[in-house]
Amino acid sequence: MPTNSLPRLIPRPEGAFAAAPRPVRIARIVQENYRIRSYLLAETMPHAYPGQFVMAWLPGIGEKPFSMAGNAPIKLTLAAVGKFSEAVHTLDEGETLWIRGPFGRGFSIEGERPLLVGGGYGAAPIAWLAETLWRRGKQPVVVLGGRTADDIFGTEPFDRMGIPVVVTTEDGSQGEAGRVTAPVERLLATEVADSLCAVGPHGMLKALEAAALAHRIPAQLSWEAFMGCAIGLCGMCEHEDGSLLCVEGPVLDVATRNEMR
Amino acid sequence: MGYTCRTITYPREDALLTTSLAGVPLRNPLVLASGIIGTSATLLRRAATLGAGAVTAKSAGPVPRIGHVNPICFDWGEGLINAVGLPNPGAAHEAALLAEARELLQGSETALIASIFAGTPDEFAQSAETVLRAKPDILEVNISCPNVHDDFGEPFAASCAGAASVAAAVKPVCDAAGVPMFIKVAPNVPNIGRIAADAIAAGGVGITAINTMPGMVIDIESGRPILTNRSGGVSGPAIKPIAVRAIYEIRQTLPDVPIIGTGGVNTGADAIELLMAGATAVGVGSALYYRGLDAMTQIGEEMVAWMQAHGVRQLSEVQNRAHQ
Repeated sequence: MPTNSLPRLIPRPEGAFAAAPRPVRIARIVQENYRIRSYLLAETMPHAYPGQFVMAWLPGIGEKPFSMAGNAPIKLTLAAVGKFSEAVHTLDEGETLWIRGPFGRGFSIEGERPLLVGGGYGAAPIAWLAETLWRRGKQPVVVLGGRTADDIFGTEPFDRMGIPVVVTTEDGSQGEAGRVTAPVERLLATEVADSLCAVGPHGMLKALEAAALAHRIPAQLSWEAFMGCAIGLCGMCEHEDGSLLCVEGPVLDVATRNEMR
Repeated sequence: MGYTCRTITYPREDALLTTSLAGVPLRNPLVLASGIIGTSATLLRRAATLGAGAVTAKSAGPVPRIGHVNPICFDWGEGLINAVGLPNPGAAHEAALLAEARELLQGSETALIASIFAGTPDEFAQSAETVLRAKPDILEVNISCPNVHDDFGEPFAASCAGAASVAAAVKPVCDAAGVPMFIKVAPNVPNIGRIAADAIAAGGVGITAINTMPGMVIDIESGRPILTNRSGGVSGPAIKPIAVRAIYEIRQTLPDVPIIGTGGVNTGADAIELLMAGATAVGVGSALYYRGLDAMTQIGEEMVAWMQAHGVRQLSEVQNRAHQ
């Protein structure tokens, strides 16, 4: 049997939110753009790190996975795209959201000049990752992509930290016209970056995976999936390479994915 | 091949765990329980590489089912609770999945167990006929899912007559295919031994015991049950003593019937305990959460270490020991 499909084991969830969903007060809501809001909760999750996710529950509505956009306080950034996220968008400051987590394997790449790419609301976890790496003395470079200027949000913190940001919009209404792949190619070709991390839609990740392989740089990509149990049992989040994204992802190594095929 | 330890010649480590289940040889007695990552052929193969002696696919019914809305499963502190609601692609698609799994399992020395559920004995027989086209090694008949009461009414596992009616309906199909039928029974009954005995008398070859234990967890902030299905099945360490007693009682009633003992096994010691209660093989489920995806590898190694430390050379020396 192949030995390269052995799991990259992660410890099971720990901390105050590791078990059943726990109620947390929404301390502050930030309207990021016309469709995206950030929810800053009244508690912290000190051991959580960028790339991990939580399951958020609203009684009578449902439970969905959300990539964390911060841990002190816990921050979730979401667009109203379905029944659950629309219900979250009706909540006000002071109301309650239930969460459990943190789950999964986040970013662990150790480049000195990591290129961080966020597509759509993937910009939020990328901002947390950028700040985390910047605090460790790394020199991240950020590329954010959206359909139009209205979809781009959250560039201010990068400016404050002095992290270079390239913005792309498909209609050219802000930054470079087109998708993130062009500046990514340029930044990799000129060796401005030595590693790659990305959060965003599937198509963007597939393109970045190809770019990382072509440039032979370590890369970690955060894949979206429907999560059921979030604890590695139900099998619903099986990725195309056979990984269980809730425990072995959602962040996967490009090299590892390649070996597993 | 053997090696010497304390002047006794032992079988090779990996041979210590060999056993058989209703005539199906197993390289070890650890069975991936139904509903645990068994949703695709690739995940079933994955479970084999992760140490399973046999893998059970997720239960399939006569027609596709979506299952319940999240939350479907969580850790409540002393165990897990789930109400996934038997999402499955339907027996026809399941047969294709099982056939693919059978291909992928070639050379892995891991047995394949199909699992079915249905609402009537006739539908059980139809589902059985469909999935058995894939030639699994064993068919597990799940008459005890606690989470689909609204759709299917009281589980057949709740009564001797119910259990026997399903076993009798599926028996001809299994006989024709030459595949042994295991009946998966529920713990929340007054006499699990008698229900198991009637299922065997009606044509079952073996028993899987136990399914999860019905339970409920309420969030006191909202005053609502957390699972969307409200109630669910409790698993993990919380139910191990319930499983041990159930297996013990079934073994008392049925001295020679193969039993897949399932419930709360997290360690090699837990597995040995279930074997002593009367299990022939040991199901593993929630442990993939508690110990990680390679839980079965760890449990198998711990069983070998225990057996070596106690001078045990084969599983039959511990099986049924609590009945002596």
